[in-house]
Amino acid sequence: MSTTTNPPKETRSGAPAGEKVADWADGRLGVYTVAKSNMRKIFPDHWSFLLGEICLYAFVILLLTGVYLTLFFVPSMAEIEYEGSYIPMQGVLMSEAYASTLNISFDVRGGLLMREIHHWSALLFVVGIFFHMMRVFFTGAFRKPREINWLFGFALLVLAILTGLTGYSLPDDLLSGVGIRFMEGAILSVPVVGTWLQMLVFGGEFPGSLIIPRFFVAHVLLLPGLMLGLLVAHLLLVVYHKHTHFAGPGRTNDNVVGMPLFPVYMAKAGGFFFLVFGVIAMIAATTSINPVWVLGPYRPDQISTNAQPDWYLGFSEGLVRMMPGWEMVIPGGYTLNLGLLVPLIVFPLVFAVIALYPFFEGWVTKDKREHHIAERPRNAPTRTAFGVAWLSWYFVALVAGGNDIWAIHFDLSINAITWWTRISFFVLPVVVFIITRRICLGLQRRDREKVLHGRETGIIKRLPHGEFIEVHEPLSAEKRYALTAHDQPQPAEIGPPVDENGVPRKVGVVEKLRVRINRGYYGPSGQIPKPTAEEYREITSGHGHH
Amino acid sequence: MKKLSARRRHPLAAFVVLIFALAATGGLYAALAPAGEAKADASETSIAIEEGQKLYAVGCASCHGAGGQGSSDGPTLVGVGAAAVDFQVSTGRMPMQQPGPQAPTKPNIYTEEEIAQLAAYIASLGPGPGVPEPAAYDPSEGNAAHGGELFRTNCSQCHNFTGQGGALTHGKYAPNLHDVDPKHIYQAMLTGPQAMPSFPDAVLPPEQKRDIIAWLTAVNTSESPSEGGFGLGGFGPVAEGLFAWTIGIGLLVAVAVWVAAHTAKARKS
Repeated sequence: MSTTTNPPKETRSGAPAGEKVADWADGRLGVYTVAKSNMRKIFPDHWSFLLGEICLYAFVILLLTGVYLTLFFVPSMAEIEYEGSYIPMQGVLMSEAYASTLNISFDVRGGLLMREIHHWSALLFVVGIFFHMMRVFFTGAFRKPREINWLFGFALLVLAILTGLTGYSLPDDLLSGVGIRFMEGAILSVPVVGTWLQMLVFGGEFPGSLIIPRFFVAHVLLLPGLMLGLLVAHLLLVVYHKHTHFAGPGRTNDNVVGMPLFPVYMAKAGGFFFLVFGVIAMIAATTSINPVWVLGPYRPDQISTNAQPDWYLGFSEGLVRMMPGWEMVIPGGYTLNLGLLVPLIVFPLVFAVIALYPFFEGWVTKDKREHHIAERPRNAPTRTAFGVAWLSWYFVALVAGGNDIWAIHFDLSINAITWWTRISFFVLPVVVFIITRRICLGLQRRDREKVLHGRETGIIKRLPHGEFIEVHEPLSAEKRYALTAHDQPQPAEIGPPVDENGVPRKVGVVEKLRVRINRGYYGPSGQIPKPTAEEYREITSGHGHH
Repeated sequence: MKKLSARRRHPLAAFVVLIFALAATGGLYAALAPAGEAKADASETSIAIEEGQKLYAVGCASCHGAGGQGSSDGPTLVGVGAAAVDFQVSTGRMPMQQPGPQAPTKPNIYTEEEIAQLAAYIASLGPGPGVPEPAAYDPSEGNAAHGGELFRTNCSQCHNFTGQGGALTHGKYAPNLHDVDPKHIYQAMLTGPQAMPSFPDAVLPPEQKRDIIAWLTAVNTSESPSEGGFGLGGFGPVAEGLFAWTIGIGLLVAVAVWVAAHTAKARKS
């Protein structure tokens, strides 16, 4: 009211307050040019495109709650006697790190809720990254021009896992201390330099007094700093490449159909942030996570069963649990601890496979076109089968990591589970690959059937001469388009054995392998030919449905 | 006599004889019954042992041997003591229902008196730990913090941080200690049932056993507080990871679907 009754005199008359602020800012920051090119940026609407946003918001929540926790956490391994308000720990000797975590949990206002929001966000952050990666992988959104951004995302996953590991270890409780001990064992198993590396990391014998302060610096400064930088690069590339979208009428490889960033998408994204925050806060308020106060302080002479890392490192635990405890002494008296060394080598390989897949597919297909249409997983059966097989591989390692929990909850023998995981680690991905590929091909056949003959309605009609028929309802043109918009590349050929001059051509082993794999992707066994317009016309112009 | 002999063929004669016979048997029993009371003069223990032996012969001897010496199906019970019997039978672990990696708990079918008789019989076979007094396992007398340290040193490698239980090899397991009677916890430490090592008083003095019970009472009973909310069974990261992968991300995806479905379009296609 006061603005209308007392209009300011010095500025442009009649201009709203917002415009005046914008004018002021533009004069100093040049916001008009930036806003003009970016405010109307288009984002397509699909729920799976919001999975990355879940990760972004979880990260923001982690930063906010993390700052609060650092106000009270003491990253020190100095031993003190606990005198706080949690009675079952009073008088117990513990590190200042553990004591301050108990203090945050019981004596700091809102501390326990903050800890639980922080920890649940961390778990859901990495789950979100997995879901986001699955979306990108199974829709082929990693293809040119987005391979680099796939690697950025992968680096973010690795950094998120490292940040999780360091954060999980900070309270210096008996559970996380066992995790650090596990890590120390893995470092020690490195041939030749293992003991030196161990001294480098721990600054002395385990556990020493340095590892918590070092992890603290990594957890609150180094790793989040790197992640923040990568995150910005990741998002800038999304803006630069523009978002992929699913094929449909008017949605082609050359455009993006969706809502503008301002005002629609900004409002949606802002609202979504609060929804994600609300869901995580609700989970944290009702469901316990890592109740360190009952776990006790870390002491190298103590251990508990059910000692597992947070889920994203569960598969590394599983690799160690399924590996037989082999050990050999090589000439010179050096021990090779294969029980730890083999898992330590397999661990990065499991991830590298996923990171490098886009380049593998690029090499196989020799596809240099830009792709902005998100493929339906069934239309790339070999890729989909590869992804699901990887997931089953990962799942087997996760089962091995929790083999004791599986044993006790399903009344099974832990030895039987371990043997199941040892065999499944090699067999299950192959079986899953074959089954998934078959299912994808079946779904392609069904799509073909639907386009050509329409949807089965379930209505049975009896014709005058007594014949029964099921009524098929033709699909709308839009649906037919969406089901046939994908392209089906021709399989690669090795080419004629002789060139045009009759000289025998030399084809390398690698090229032969590439063609073989390519035929697996695009050959008759790799895809069902999609219906052509001629086929459709022939059927619809004929005697009708049957 | 003539009268009697004349009627001995009477149709009802047999019934009369039967009644006399019953009366005589009953009378004799009544006359001889005090002989049973005479046993009360002997010590109560010896009666209990005798009764226990009978119960043993019915419920236990098929595996543990007629004299408790053990067989291929069950270990010897000489020297296990009354505490072991009280623990195994009153938790329903013994008699075992079927052979298996481990005897699970089940509803106990013996009365307290019968368990005491069985215990007395087994105790008579050889010296062993006796049933503890209630004061020995009263959690309110113990120091939970000290008990927690002892628990983490001696017990948690099989039973988990708060005694939620854990898996052992070949289908054996360390049971969940949730709401287990303090007496049974004490006896288990004392006698080391099944896969568990025993912690005799020379290894773990009675006060320390009581401290451990105080710790378990503080963290693993129906009355123990769960400060952080619903506890997911107390199994740690595996349960938390499963929750994040199912309910956690499920809720977030549901929200994402909802947000994506509500768009600024004037009219949905």
